[in-house]
Parts: sequence; C-alpha cells; structure tokens
Amino acid sequence: MKTDLTVNGEARQVEHESRTTLLDALRDHLDLTGTKKGCDHGQCGACTVLVNGRRVNSCLSLAAMHDGDEITTIEGLGEPGALNTLQEAFVNKDGYQCGYCTPGQIMSATAMLEEARDGAPSHVSETLTGSVPLTDAEIAERMSGNLCRCSAYPFIREAIAMSAEKKS
Amino acid sequence: MTETFRMDKAQARLLDETGQGVIGTPMDRPDGPQKVSGRARYAADGTPEGTAHGVLVRATITKGKVAAIHADSISDLPGVIGVVSGPEFIRNPAQGMANAAPVQPGTRVDYHGQPIALVVGESFEAARDGALRLKVDFEAEAGADVDPDTASEVETGDPSAVGDWDSAFDGAAFKVDREFTTAAQVAAAMEPHAAIAEWQGDKLLLRSSLQMLRFNKNEIADSLGIPAENVQILAPFVGGGFGSKLGIGPDAVAAAQAARELGRPVRVVMPRQAVFDSILRRTETTQRVRFAADADGKLRAVGHDDRVSNLWEEGFAEPTSSCSQFLYGADALRFQQSLARNHRTPTGSVRAPGEAVGMLTFEAALDELAEQLDIDPVELRLKNLPDTHPMTGQAFSSRGLAECLRRGAEEFGWSARGKPGARREGDWFIGVGMASAGRPNMLIQASARVRLEAGGATVETDMTDIGTGTYAIFAQIAGEMLGLSADRVTVRLGDTDLPGASGSGGSFGASSSGSAVFLAARKIRAKLAEAMGCDADELTLQDGIARGGNREMAISDLVQSEIVEEAQIEAGKTAESHFSAGYGAHFVEVAVHAWTGEVRVRRMLGIMDIGRVLNEKTARSQAVGGMVWGLGAALTEEISHDPRTGHIVTRDLANYHVASHADVPAQMEVSFLDNRDDEANPMQSRGVGELGISGAGAAVFNAIHNACGVRLYDFPATPDKVIAGLEALGL
Ligand code: FES
Ligand code: FES
Repeated sequence: MKTDLTVNGEARQVEHESRTTLLDALRDHLDLTGTKKGCDHGQCGACTVLVNGRRVNSCLSLAAMHDGDEITTIEGLGEPGALNTLQEAFVNKDGYQCGYCTPGQIMSATAMLEEARDGAPSHVSETLTGSVPLTDAEIAERMSGNLCRCSAYPFIREAIAMSAEKKS
Repeated sequence: MTETFRMDKAQARLLDETGQGVIGTPMDRPDGPQKVSGRARYAADGTPEGTAHGVLVRATITKGKVAAIHADSISDLPGVIGVVSGPEFIRNPAQGMANAAPVQPGTRVDYHGQPIALVVGESFEAARDGALRLKVDFEAEAGADVDPDTASEVETGDPSAVGDWDSAFDGAAFKVDREFTTAAQVAAAMEPHAAIAEWQGDKLLLRSSLQMLRFNKNEIADSLGIPAENVQILAPFVGGGFGSKLGIGPDAVAAAQAARELGRPVRVVMPRQAVFDSILRRTETTQRVRFAADADGKLRAVGHDDRVSNLWEEGFAEPTSSCSQFLYGADALRFQQSLARNHRTPTGSVRAPGEAVGMLTFEAALDELAEQLDIDPVELRLKNLPDTHPMTGQAFSSRGLAECLRRGAEEFGWSARGKPGARREGDWFIGVGMASAGRPNMLIQASARVRLEAGGATVETDMTDIGTGTYAIFAQIAGEMLGLSADRVTVRLGDTDLPGASGSGGSFGASSSGSAVFLAARKIRAKLAEAMGCDADELTLQDGIARGGNREMAISDLVQSEIVEEAQIEAGKTAESHFSAGYGAHFVEVAVHAWTGEVRVRRMLGIMDIGRVLNEKTARSQAVGGMVWGLGAALTEEISHDPRTGHIVTRDLANYHVASHADVPAQMEVSFLDNRDDEANPMQSRGVGELGISGAGAAVFNAIHNACGVRLYDFPATPDKVIAGLEALGL
C-alpha cells in the first residue's frame, strides 16, 4: 500500500505493507535512521517523532494511519554545523552518552516545551489551569516517557531548561 | 611488528608538562553534533542493497532438544525466504574477552529463550510473522533445575583467607552477621543487539553493536569456522553496552550464517524481549557479610561469602567480594564463593561485575556495625583503612579514599545527620546515608596508531565509544601530546582493520587504549625533537608551534610528508608490585513515604578518585550514570523468573524498571580529586565507568534506615518491603 506523508517539510510517498509501523517506514523505507527503536512497544521513547506537531511513539503507530500527516523527525531539526538551540544545549550539557536515546529525548522535549507553553498541566503541576513554570520537577515528569539507560537525566534536563531560557 | 611497551615502572608525568592545556578539560564531545542530529549511524541504521531481514526464534522449553524445525510450516507466508539454523548457532553471547566461540549446542536446549533458529524474510514484518508461526518440535526433559536456592549442583570454592578468622571473629565484642539477597539485573542498553552481515567472496563484513572488537573478531571467526583475517567488524557508534556487548551475540552469528547461506546481506535486530531472554544477565546473589570489631571501631574480622549462579559450561562467576577484599583492613579476612548451576538465562558481566552487588551488602552491613558501635559511619571507615592490600600485601598505588570520605562529608553536610526517624516532612521520613566506592583498575593490552600531517593529526584504533567519551578523550590525548587543539585531531574508531585496542569493558578502555594513543604520540614527539635538533624532554609543542634547542618552528613545517607511529601497551611489573583501584564516597538523601513505602532519592553526591581526569565532562557523566544505576539497584531493578520454567517474566522495559527522569533528582553531584596514579599507566589515569555504581545503592539503603529506622536485607527496596519494615517497627 501507499501512504503520502510530509516528512520534514518534504512530500514523500512510502510504499509499505499494511503492518509496517511509522517507525519502520521512516527508518527502513525513507532511510531516516535518526529515529531509533529501543523496544518497539511504546516503553522507551527512543522512537519519538512529531505528528502534526505532537509527540508520538512512532513504534506504536501504523504508517497507514498517517496519510496526509506532517511528520517531523530529528533530521528535520538541524544538522551538524547548523544545530538548533536545543541540540546545541544537549552537546553543551553532555545531555547524552551513547546517543541512542538522544533523538527521542530531543523530539520529545521539543513538543513538551510547546505543551508547557500552552499551559497543559502535568501530574506535578500545582494547578490545572494557568501557566506552567518550567521547574526541574515539571521537566522530569513530562520527560519520563523517554528512558536513558546511560542515565544522562540531570544533564538532559539542564539542556532542556537552558534552551527554554534562551528561547524566552 | 610494533614493540610492546610494558608498564614495568612509574612513568614521568608528561601530561603535566605539556602545554596545550586540553587534557582533562570539560570539552564537548566531537561526536555530539552527529548524535543530536540523528546522523550518527548505529549497527542497524541503514541497510546495504538487497538486505534480507532475520528474526530469531527461541526455545519454549527449559531443557531438552529441538527435535524438528518445520520450515514448511511457514513456506507459504508471503515474503518469508526461509529458516536458518545449524551448528554455527551460539547458545548465548560470548563472555568478555573470550576470544573464541561461545558454546554451540547444536540441537540441545539449555534454557528457556535460547535462540534456536532464524527466520529470514524480504521484510522485517514478514520475518517476524514467520518467526511467530514457525512450527518447532521439542523433546523436553522434565525436572531441570531453575532455581539457584534449590540447585542440585553447587560448586563451592576454597575460602581465601588471611589471619585466624574464627578466633578474631569469636573474640570480638561487637559483631554483625547478616544474610542478604540481591535480585538478578540486566544491562538493558537502549540499543538492542543488532547485526548486519554481508559477504564479499569469503570475507565477512559485519556491522554489529559490540564493545571489544579485537576479541569479537576472533569470536565470530571461530563460531563460523573461518580465519579471523577474513572478518572485518565495524562499530563506529554503539548505543550503550554496560557489559552486555562484550562478546558477540546470537544476532551476529545468525546474521552471518544466514547471509552466507542466502548469498545476500542479512540484518538481525533482537527484539527487546529477546535481549532480556538471550543476553547475559547479572546473577541473583545470596550473601553473608560478617564484621567483628572492638568497642573503638577497630575491625577484627571481615567475612564475605556469596552464592551466585550460572548455566553449565559458562566460566563466569560474579566476583561478588572483589571490593571487600581490599577496602578495609582487619586482623583476619575470609571470603568464599559458591556457584549454583541452573537452567536460567546465563549470567555474565553487567556494569561493575562484583562491586555492583557485593558493595550493596558489604557497605550496608558496615552501616549496621557503625550503629551498633555508636560510631559515625564515615569515622568507622576512616579508622579501618589499610596501608597495604589486606589479602596480598601489595602496596597501593595512590589511594584517595580517606580524602573522598572527608571531603564528601564536608560538602554534603553530613554532620547534620540525625538519629533514625528524627526528621519528618509531612508524610515523608527524611534520612541520609553514605558508603564507600571502590573498583579495581586494570591495564589491558592495546594498540593505536597516530598520524601527524601538516593539517593535524589522526588517531586510528579499533577501540569503541559506547557513550564513554572515547572520541573526545583520544582527541584530547593526541592534541595535548602534539600541541594541537582538539578540533585538529580526527579520531577513527570501531573498525577491526585498525590497530587492536583493549575494547570498552571493565572501565579500562580510556586508560588502556588511551595510553596506546599517548605512546604513539610520544614517539612522534621524539621524531619532532630530532627534526628540531633537541632532546625530547626539551621539546614543547603548543598551538601548532614546536619549541626546543633555542628554535621555534610551526609543526606543519616540521612535518614534511606524514609521521606515522603505532604503539602497543600491556601491563607489566607495576601490576604485581602495586594494587591500583578507583575510590570514592557516596552520600545520599532520601525521603520514605510513611504510608506507601515509596522511596524517593532527593540528592546524591559522589566524590571520586580516578587518578588523572582525562575529560572532566564525560567523566562526570559516567560517574553520575553509575550512581543512577546504584539508585536503580537499590529501589527498582529486579528480574523475576518463572519458578516452573526459569523463563524471565519481567522481560520488557515496562516490567523491568530502569530509572526514568522522574526517579532521578536534579542534584546529582560529582567531583574528582586532583590525583595521579603513577603505577597505573603512563597517563596516571584510572577508570571511571563502573566506580559510580560501586557502593551507590548501599548509600541509598543506609539512607532509608536513617530516614525511618527500617533495615532491609533484600535488594531492591520495593514499597512492599518498606511497608513491612515500617509495620514491624510499629510505624
Ligand atoms: S521504540 Fe517506540 S517507545 Fe521504544
Ligand atoms: S545516551 Fe545512551 S541511552 Fe541515553
């Protein structure tokens, strides 16, 4: 079957089996291997991409469900020599070690910062309405779907906080 | 043939004399931009033209035989190419530095989850479907031992002991004698084990996620029955290893065998559940820790016995009491290990094999002794630091444990510690705990080549960077030695066609392989000194300028074509005369919920002595990573086995809980002593990757006791155990 996607601003058509996940379509059909597979079960966050601006675990979603959708992957954010603020902050803060969970962390953080800016509350938010101060506890809670076995957690969160500060 | 440098005596501290000023700095990783932009390519990223996909089929019995594999049961499935199995298949990954094939069991099955065949398809989806549907006949043998507690075969080693242990223990006034248990754990590197195999004639090109390529090359060649020179392995990026990728895995052998049979490239990525089932795990342990002391806190006797497990024909036994043998001195010390054989997924090295579980119990029991003696736990440790290795009598190389303990106590605010249960904030009991850290340091044979050209230098070795910072550190070593900024050094790693390094394991990678880089660069310095007409120790190299013998020249002018030097290092006499180890002190604050038994770590501080620090930023990341693993071992990480089959039931990342963002506080602080280990290697550095985990979980346990008075002897401290402890205290 065929699915039309807009990936990182480019129109792409993928020919795939009905059971192909969005993750495998990106990795194996479009050779966008920046998005990683850590569990294939929605348990690690390594496969996080943006679908129409919202973060999803691409391993839990079939490619066929995304006809006409806009997908943003890590390759769409910036490249060596022209990294975006968040990517630069990860390098500066050593917000990774092996780097395998990193694309997922960065995609997840990208959407998470938007969510917080829009005032979406989390489990640790003081109130359900109003603005959300981006404390470390807020970032930790909102990023907990992204595992990092190297355990760069404190530095990942410093990087996210640093880029949020730079942007505001 | 490059001659081998043997570490027979302490070397001059050349890195303190060179003037480039890049060694030790918290330099960003040069591979960072590739990692944060998704451009870094790991084993399974990108496939050669015509690649077929393989999915491993695993045994669904515990012990017995594969009687028949019915390939025809899936031959009609669209996209399925076929089933591959055979004598090449390995039972489990090679143990670290095996350098030869692991057990190849043929049709025999030794554990539930053992890989027995590979289904190959035109797509991953087809292969997965085929693997699920493949009909296999097994002949199961009943009554396989799957529980180490009831194992019928237990190998008990002779005790290693010094002093008259019985009388030292019996005669002392204060004693602790405790039995502990620790749960089995897994490495769970975020990148699952994966391989892409491609043959060009009789030559195998293998991309695989591996830690020790020099050994892996021989392991794969031996498994397939081909000469090692016909194998090239590439692993430029490895998505974490933590010991689980020390030796080749079933994915690599199956991919290579299938690619050979099919005449096309084959990719095998292990699903997460297969990684849990078929990759070496850390053993569960039962440990008995005994301390005896005088009223003033002087240790009279130290004892640490342990029972670990493994599958038959595996030589590995977790060295549980490794650190207990040299941290503290006593009149008598005694250590004894038993190994229970069973048919569970076999065990092997997982980050800090030995210390990671041995120090949990040893340092927790010492906390109990301190309480009994009414002596501050920091003080008790300081009182018992030995001058020489208590078991071997060896001299210690630099040993900063006392300073780590003192500085840690000071920086953490340890003196504010109260009695157990004294501090409460709402529903939370608050407490603090501490423990020592220790981890033996090794020098493993390694080679590296350095090229100096007018434009800069290139480092070449088959060493891996598994997140440990090798790309950064080697650029710093070569830059420092050759007077170049680090961005003028290119580091090429992870290719077995390059000189064979130590590989990444046992925290020895950066120091061992880095020393080879150092020595190759030192040879280039000698050549440059010759060109300058001065002695090597007169030569200074800085920012591309060479100075010496009253002359000054641009290094680029000195290098006519290219200077290429290779060096090899191995351990020598200092490894016998001196005992080298990394040291540290962990301090932790926890909150324990009075009603739910939940434990939250609020802050952790680690002061560490790793000799010379090669990169302050990557070293800190390694140390903090280890401390988080300690937190996980203390609170959540636990493999459970099905009591009937031995099969792992917590076989995914939802059921095996590794620490997540929400478990780890922002305040994870680490600082390093400014120390040198002259006997370790020519750079005076030591390993760091495993030191952070060593003892960290014990500090968490000790903090739980200080918070609420509950002492637990079974790791991890899940809420059910904490609640039971609180109830027993009437809280
Ligand atoms: S790969 Fe999708 S969540 Fe783990
Ligand atoms: S950087 Fe290795 S898993 Fe996060």
